Amino acid sequence: MHITPDHTIYWQWHFVHLNATIVYTWIVMLLLTGVSWLVTRHVEKSELRRSRWQNALEVIVEQIRRQIREVCPQGSDIYLPFVGTLFLFIATSNLLEVVPGWHAPTGSLSTTSALAICVGVAVPVFGILRQGFVEYFHGYLRPSFIMLPFHLLSETSRNLALAVRLFGNIMSGSLIVAILLAVAPLFFPLLMQALGLLIGLIQAYIFAVLAMVYIAAAVQSQHDVEGALHG
Amino acid sequence: MDSMTVIGISSIAAAAVCMGIGSIGPALGEARAIQQALSSMAQQPDEAGTISRTLFIGLAMIESIAIYCFVISIILIYANPFWNHVVAK
Repeated sequence: MHITPDHTIYWQWHFVHLNATIVYTWIVMLLLTGVSWLVTRHVEKSELRRSRWQNALEVIVEQIRRQIREVCPQGSDIYLPFVGTLFLFIATSNLLEVVPGWHAPTGSLSTTSALAICVGVAVPVFGILRQGFVEYFHGYLRPSFIMLPFHLLSETSRNLALAVRLFGNIMSGSLIVAILLAVAPLFFPLLMQALGLLIGLIQAYIFAVLAMVYIAAAVQSQHDVEGALHG
Repeated sequence: MDSMTVIGISSIAAAAVCMGIGSIGPALGEARAIQQALSSMAQQPDEAGTISRTLFIGLAMIESIAIYCFVISIILIYANPFWNHVVAK
């Protein structure tokens, strides 16, 4: 039994492996970019002649923007591309599990680790952009330098948790379906598949919101906190 | 008993214990969180959006403990390094 799609290898040349994770990631990327390219070729500004597809995309983007604003009120749209891409990629790859034979790339620890590393890099980058280099790294030394290892430990462990959570949820969904197919075919796997869709969407939401929460915690400088306290 | 039997028995037993005990704590925690969230939503229906968003994030945090246990159980059963070592020898 394959727990991750990493072990399904389609093509191999010396040390280069083309496994199912990479192939299905490419399919998701192709789908996302293809659909958005097709829809945004003729962007219509007037309200009356908008196409349905453009309306659908606008609803999605507007919702993501609203959620970001709720987490980080003073935040501008600079977080939208990163967090929105995370959400759309994870949601698409999870929701496509209704397609028979689909291996969700998020069901492999390598994909989720890559996404978590992206978040782990983006958090200090956004923090430094907002607060400046010295001010951001001074945050690690607050309230005193004894806290430095604990700050580092908490950043590492929360990124690890981000990766393992997504991987565990998606992998357990497909594993349960595979086991139930052997035990009680036909009806029960269908229910678990429906539950898996719900879990997949919730996990995509949680991943994006947690990334946004981490970024929001990094960009809130000490001045903002003190200003909020005194004013 | 040779070492293969010992490793097989102990890893399956450890996986069962890990999953069983490891799901008690998150279950209690999630129950408490949902109970509090429901009662506060009943008191303040206007804040339902904020409460449910925070609830989802908190549930994901609590849930991840159970997911760790699950991943460790899966590793013990399907990808046990000690078992692979013994089999390869």
